[in-house]
Amino acid sequence: MAAPGGDMQWCFSQVKGAIDDDVAEADIISTVEFNHTGELLATGDKGGRVVIFQQEIENKSLPQFRSEYNVYSTFQSHEPEFDYLKSLEIEEKINKIRWLPQKNAAQFLLSTNDKTIKLWKISERDKRPDGYNLKEDDGRCKDPNSITSLRVPVLIPMDLMVEASPRRVFANAHTYHINSVSVNSDHETYLSADDLRINLWHLEITDRSFNIVDIKPANMEELTEVITAAEFHPHQCNTFVYSSSKGIIRLCDMRESALCDRHTKLFEEPEDPSNRSFFSEIISSISDVKFSHSGRYMMTRDYLSVKIWDLNMENRPVETYQVHEYLRSKLCSLYENDCIFDKFECCWNGNDSVVMTGSYNNFFRMFDRSQRRDVMLEASRENSKPMQVLKPRKVCAGGKRKKDEISVDSLDFNKKILHTAWHPQDNIIAVATTNNLYIFQDKIN
Amino acid sequence: MSEDNVEARTPEEAPADGTEVQETIINLEKAEEAKLKARYPNLGHKPGGSDLLRKRLQKGQKYFDSGDYNMAKAKITNKQLPTAAAPEKSEITGDHIPTPQDLPPRKPPLVASKLAG
Repeated sequence: MAAPGGDMQWCFSQVKGAIDDDVAEADIISTVEFNHTGELLATGDKGGRVVIFQQEIENKSLPQFRSEYNVYSTFQSHEPEFDYLKSLEIEEKINKIRWLPQKNAAQFLLSTNDKTIKLWKISERDKRPDGYNLKEDDGRCKDPNSITSLRVPVLIPMDLMVEASPRRVFANAHTYHINSVSVNSDHETYLSADDLRINLWHLEITDRSFNIVDIKPANMEELTEVITAAEFHPHQCNTFVYSSSKGIIRLCDMRESALCDRHTKLFEEPEDPSNRSFFSEIISSISDVKFSHSGRYMMTRDYLSVKIWDLNMENRPVETYQVHEYLRSKLCSLYENDCIFDKFECCWNGNDSVVMTGSYNNFFRMFDRSQRRDVMLEASRENSKPMQVLKPRKVCAGGKRKKDEISVDSLDFNKKILHTAWHPQDNIIAVATTNNLYIFQDKIN
Repeated sequence: MSEDNVEARTPEEAPADGTEVQETIINLEKAEEAKLKARYPNLGHKPGGSDLLRKRLQKGQKYFDSGDYNMAKAKITNKQLPTAAAPEKSEITGDHIPTPQDLPPRKPPLVASKLAG
């Protein structure tokens, strides 16, 4: 098989995180997100912490330009809580981070755990006041009687300090576990979705939110479907979609009614009932839904594949890509070890021509839609020499294993890449393994 | 791998005939289903049914009450800092009336993420 890649080759750029194999649970990365310019890259982890990296461009005009992401700010976003009513722990794990478009000098992001969404302001301080009349330099108060002249305090430069402060806390609106947060294109509102409900918030108002989708049945015994992800349309502020555990995506228009329980469009690929197996519904559960930047398409990720849907066509996807078809013959053991319930995310590149998603054994895949090519790469410390080109990987499902191929039985199912992100403009990608963050970039940028 | 009774061809290598590919896929899944039923004969017939979903809705360990929760948390943090706690304890008691500065901190200091290190 001809080696894919052609004009695009991916190189190692950086890796963040501890090298040791003994991973503390708090260090497990749970979300990765570039901001709208790609200058900032945020990660959230199971310990409730957010780390933000900033891109420092060495020299964009040079052909071999390297963009380095260095730590910009880190803070504790959420802490563990105890739900006294239900006697359950509320995990501090950050489920999602979403950046707000930048409006002034400060940066804002929404971070959420299972129950509470917080709006964080990240601001820079590079000046400080000097020359107070009533205070000494170290802060002690001066005796007013000792002052013989007045001076005007001035602002003097200081070492850059980046401060993160929580500006809003949106709490107590979700009975079930929040899986998604999405900022609206109006830059004023956002939605938060849990297993059964979706709420609409205004960024300035924390004591009220509107419920816009409620799929909770009157009798919980009749529960057949839960919400798995939700996202606002990138340009139409009245439109959002939500995906379900049954592989269905519903598009809703908020102009139609206050409660969008009746969908405007329903996207579902028809399936012959006689072809169903025990696993069919489980593997059809959608773990992520993402609109294309153009707003014309949306992508869904289910357990084994990535599907591209045209918003104008509801009855089937326009493209389907198999991520790791070789796992179909392993579904029994994947069900037993719970891996079949892993929630992989997916992402688009800046011009919607390539999509990317993760897999097991620290493999991740890219599908080039325009060139009809795909590649599987690996994020590992063994391929982490500066600018080292990543070699394509291949898994063989059975029978004869060729040289350089890895057998499906040798895959490490504990090494999963669930979270990936693509820079909005450049070919720079962030790939999260269990506790490390890899940054790769295109060789010919 | 020899336990798979299905065709050795994977769907990716199958011919252009769509139905044959579909059949292979279904055969694989049904074979896996048979394996699962053999191991767990009591498995219910509604796999995506309410039991699975309800388990998903209530994830997380249930504690008896907040005291139970705090005890469990304390056990974890004590395990993480075994050496730090012990010598401080022996210094405090008996000698003098402790001041707030003498007491060990109520919560361990929050550890920074290793991504930032």
